[in-house]
This record gives sequence, C-alpha cells and structure tokens, in this order.
Amino acid sequence: MDTEVAVALLRTMWRIRRFEERVAQLKRNLQVHGLIHLSVGGEGVAAAVCGQLRDDDAVYSGHRAHGHAIAKGAPLNTMMAELMGRETGLCRGLGGSMHLVDAEHGFMGATGVVGGNLPLALGSALTSHLTRTDQVTVVFFGDGAVQAGHFNETINLAALWRLPLIFVCENNGFAEFTSRDEHSTIERVSDVVAPYGFERTTVSGSDVPAVYEAFGEYLRAARSGSGPFLLECLTYRRRGHYEGDQQKYRDPEAEEEWRERDPIARLTESHVDDEAATAIEREAAAEIEEAVRFARDSPFPDPAITAGLVYAA
Amino acid sequence: MSGELTFVDAVNRTLAHAMREDERVIVLGEDVAEGGPYLVTAGLAEAFGRDRVRNTPISEGAVCGVAVGAAQSGLKPVVEIMFIDFVTLALDQLVNQAAKAHFMSGGQLSVPLVLRTQGGSGQRNGAQHSQSLEAWLTHVPGLKVVMPSGAADAAGLLRSAIADPNPVVFVENKSLYFRREPVPDPAEAIPIGRAHMVRSGRDITIVALSRMVGEALTAADQLASEHGIEAEVIDPRTLVPLDLATLAQSVTRTGRAVVAHEAVTAGGFGAELAAQLQAAAFDYLEAPIQRVGAPYTPVPVSPPLEDAYRPGAEEIIRAARVALEWGQHDAEPWEKGALASS
Repeated sequence: MDTEVAVALLRTMWRIRRFEERVAQLKRNLQVHGLIHLSVGGEGVAAAVCGQLRDDDAVYSGHRAHGHAIAKGAPLNTMMAELMGRETGLCRGLGGSMHLVDAEHGFMGATGVVGGNLPLALGSALTSHLTRTDQVTVVFFGDGAVQAGHFNETINLAALWRLPLIFVCENNGFAEFTSRDEHSTIERVSDVVAPYGFERTTVSGSDVPAVYEAFGEYLRAARSGSGPFLLECLTYRRRGHYEGDQQKYRDPEAEEEWRERDPIARLTESHVDDEAATAIEREAAAEIEEAVRFARDSPFPDPAITAGLVYAA
Repeated sequence: MSGELTFVDAVNRTLAHAMREDERVIVLGEDVAEGGPYLVTAGLAEAFGRDRVRNTPISEGAVCGVAVGAAQSGLKPVVEIMFIDFVTLALDQLVNQAAKAHFMSGGQLSVPLVLRTQGGSGQRNGAQHSQSLEAWLTHVPGLKVVMPSGAADAAGLLRSAIADPNPVVFVENKSLYFRREPVPDPAEAIPIGRAHMVRSGRDITIVALSRMVGEALTAADQLASEHGIEAEVIDPRTLVPLDLATLAQSVTRTGRAVVAHEAVTAGGFGAELAAQLQAAAFDYLEAPIQRVGAPYTPVPVSPPLEDAYRPGAEEIIRAARVALEWGQHDAEPWEKGALASS
C-alpha cells in the first residue's frame, strides 16, 4: 500500500475514532440522544472500503453507522448536529444516530432494524443495472444480521440476479450481548454463503491493507457490472453493544491484546511515521471539537417541521 | 374511447401504459412474469422483458425491501404481494423502511413505490388467503392506502399511485376481479385523497370501502323501493389520505351514517371513519354511527360458514334501519347497537 493511501486512510480512521470517543463522552452527559452504538476498533473496514468509492456509489449501513458515514464523506459538523438533535443535522434532527442519511455523498442510509438494509442495497444495485450506470452498491452489516430472514432472502436473490453489489460483513463475534457460537453453528459468514457460488473471502478487519486490497479487487469487478461479492472482515468491537452496556458477557482484554487488534496502531506501525500520525490525530481531534461547537451553536428544530415531512410532495 | 373491461384487465392495461410511458416503472413479485394467479400481470413480461417484469422467489420481505431500495435510487417499482395475508412478511420493509425513509432522512429520500395486493373473502380460500388487513396499514404515517371499488377507479387510481412520490399500498379485492364495467382508454388519473359520491340521497349516508360499495348500492336500491328511504353512498376510494370533508358534508345533510367494510369490525377502518365523522358532524347526528364489518373470527372455509361470515347488502340494510329508527322503539340503546352487529 502506498504511503499516500495509508495516510488518507489513517486520517479517516482518526476522524472516526475521535468522533466516536467524543460521542461516548457526550452520551454520558446526555448531550447526544437515543441508543448509541460505537465502532471503536472497527474503523479500518469503514476507511478501506469507503475510501475507494465514488460519491455516486451507494452505501447502506446498520445501527453502528457513524464510521461508515464519515468514511463515505458525511460532514462531521452536520453529523454531530444530527446526533445532538439540531436543526442543522444531516436529517434535520429526525433521524438520529441509527438513521443517518447523506444522499449527497451516497450514504443512502443507516437502519436500526438489523438486516433490514440488505434488501434495500440490492434494490439500489438493481437500479444501477436497469439504468445502465457503473455505480456500485455496498452494504455493511454485522454477523448478527446473518441469522435474520432478510439476509438469507437477499443473498439468494443477489446470487440469482448477479447485480453489482458488495456485501461487507463486519464479524465482531458478538450479536448484541451474545457470542456468535450461541447464534449459529457456522463460524465464518463467508461459509454461510458458500453454496450460492459467488466470490467471497474472509480477511482480518484490523489489517487495513488486506481489507483495502480484497475490497478493491471486488470493486473493480463490480464496476464493470459483475456481482455480487461478499467480504467478511473479522473485526473487534472495543466498546459495548451500545453506550451504557455493562458488558458482563465478556472479559476485559489486556492492553497488548488490544494493540494487536487496533487497526490504527497497526497501520501506523507499518506505513506511517509517528510524527505524521500524531499530526493526523491532532487534526482529527480539532475537527471533532469544531463539530461539537457547530452543533451546540445550532438551534433545536421547530416541532412544526414534522407534519410536513411525513409525505414527499 | 371507453370499452368494458374487467378489473383485472383495467389494472393490466394501466401497468402496461405506465411501463410504456416511463422506463423507470418496473414490476416485481412472485410469478408476475407468468401473469400471476389472477392474470393481472399477464403479457407484461412478453411486452417489456423479464428484466423489467421480474419474477421473484417466495421472499416477500426481501422483495419488498428491494422495491424500496430501487425506489430510493430512482426507479418506480410496482411490487406485487400475491395475497394481502402475506403482507405480514413484508411489513418490516413497508413499515420500518418505506414509510419512514422520507421523514427520517429529513426529506432527502423519497420512496415512489406501489405495493399492489389483493384481499377479501368469498372464494373458500380459508383464513390465510381471505383477510382484509388494510386497517393495519392506515396506522402507519408515511404510507398511503388506496382501495378501488371497480375497474375504472382501479385504472385511474393506479395511474396516480404510480405517479405518487410516496409508498402507496394499493389494495384490490379478489371478488371484484372479473366484474366488467366501462373503463376509459387511456384511463385518466383519479387523484388520491378524493372521495366519490356514488349515489346521492337525503336520508342516510353509507360510507363503503372496496367491494362494499356495490353492496351499499344494492342496499340503497332496496331501501328506496321497499322503505322509501333515499341513501347517499360514498366511496372514499383512498383511506390515507382521507377526504373527510366530503364524508362529513354528507353526514351533516343526512344526520345518519353507516360505515361498511369487509374487514373484521373490531379495530377496522370503520372505527376511524366513525370517530372522525362524529367529531366533525356531532351536532347534526340523529343516531349513533353504525358499523358494518365481519365478525370477530378468522375467515371460515365451508361455503355456508363463509357466506354467513361475509358482510353484504343485508347487513348494511339492517344497520341503516337501526340508525333510521333510532329512538322509535323501546329497546335500550345498547340493545339497538347489538342489533346492528348481530
């Protein structure tokens, strides 16, 4: 991987990391609202996947969506304002953390219903096919979604229809509070889809160059109309299922164990010198503080806006 | 030009017209490329190709979701759920995605989707292929719900539904499918949200949905010939949005009302109609608004049982008479109310 690419990905990862950590703090102070699911530890997948997409490629995400939105280009200011329920938020304060949308940057939506985004993404890929564009659709989901009916229905349809869609599974080994072995007898998600006959692979989500390379290969093929593909990334969820989760179901990891899994530490070590990395980190932190200021300075929406947004005119 | 068409052919011709007019219109669902069990989509695959007329596996949830995703990204999908009973499997996508995408995105997304389905009893299909579940869908802000009562309305309303930038659930009734009536060609769009005064009368208002519009006309004829009662019959055509003004104006003139649908009375859309009408026209009412619907049981199969279950003109007449004779008998009000639903 070029240093230039590594630096760009590292910048995205730090923006996500600092955003997530700041949101955790704001949640404790009740300044962001609702259920908050953070992606600390999984930034590498968001950065390596979205960093290769165009604005007109569509990305669908789930409830743990902040990182995907940031990596796809959603502005930090309006994202933070959305989480803080402000009028200037991406969705005018009507979506919140689990339902972020930034259509301008092709972030077509997060969803709070696990697995509910999978068929939407297939529909988006169907549009690319029927309107003969070279747009590619990517859908992020966790290993928990794999046991949902929507996953199996969508995988079957995707295999039948062969549309330019890339499934990106972030397998962090936990579905909510419960480890994968209590949800399924099949450990690897790439094995679940094996009988359907499309290309699939599993990589370590902490190994950013590996994710970048595997996804890039699928993307080039999807760009010319092939598909579907499934990329499974073994990731690590550093925090609980949601902010406030007591996490009694798992043992705290040792620091060196975390460092081994931390995609930021690993990419920095292999590709970026410490000085440059520190500068990137500081820059990201400053951007996040600016986003918090922007959100705090923004008014809450007028309750009168809701009635006018139920139906499109 | 106007020739007689069945409901099925009116829908079929409108779909073909829409697909010719706009490349973004696609049709998808189980067996749609084969025409489906009632042949509503017959010939479309031959005319427009199997890329735009897509057969799907029996996966209502994902298929509905595919339609939502396609609609959000620029197509105008018309997705068919073969029986409304199976909409249960698609409700997550319909309720949690389609209905809320525009709102939750602060207006960034829209979902120009039509979900066509059909319900209703009468064909001895039993409790899982005969239901009328429209009331559930009216409870979800963001969906529009349309229930045509005949072929011409079906054509005109479907045109509007396909043009609408919102998710529209288009509920057909299988008992109406092979009835013929004049249908203009091309069908003119009938606006969503405007009721149709089917028969005017001064004595009582009958608000009827879908198949019950025809039953209400039969009831009105009988009330006129046997009792000298002139009933006004109104078809709301669309449940969401509802043209309350037209209904309420009628009730303020007649002072009495019956609301009639094929769905189970309890929790049915008739309850919403009655509540909205009494709030809008309370000072003009001479009697409580009467509701006609199916009893609180699943739909039975055996012919005499299903016939007894299925509401029709007879039940409407009975309810109209309770409203018309209100206060003339010694029975206690709750006994009269019981009469209407018995």
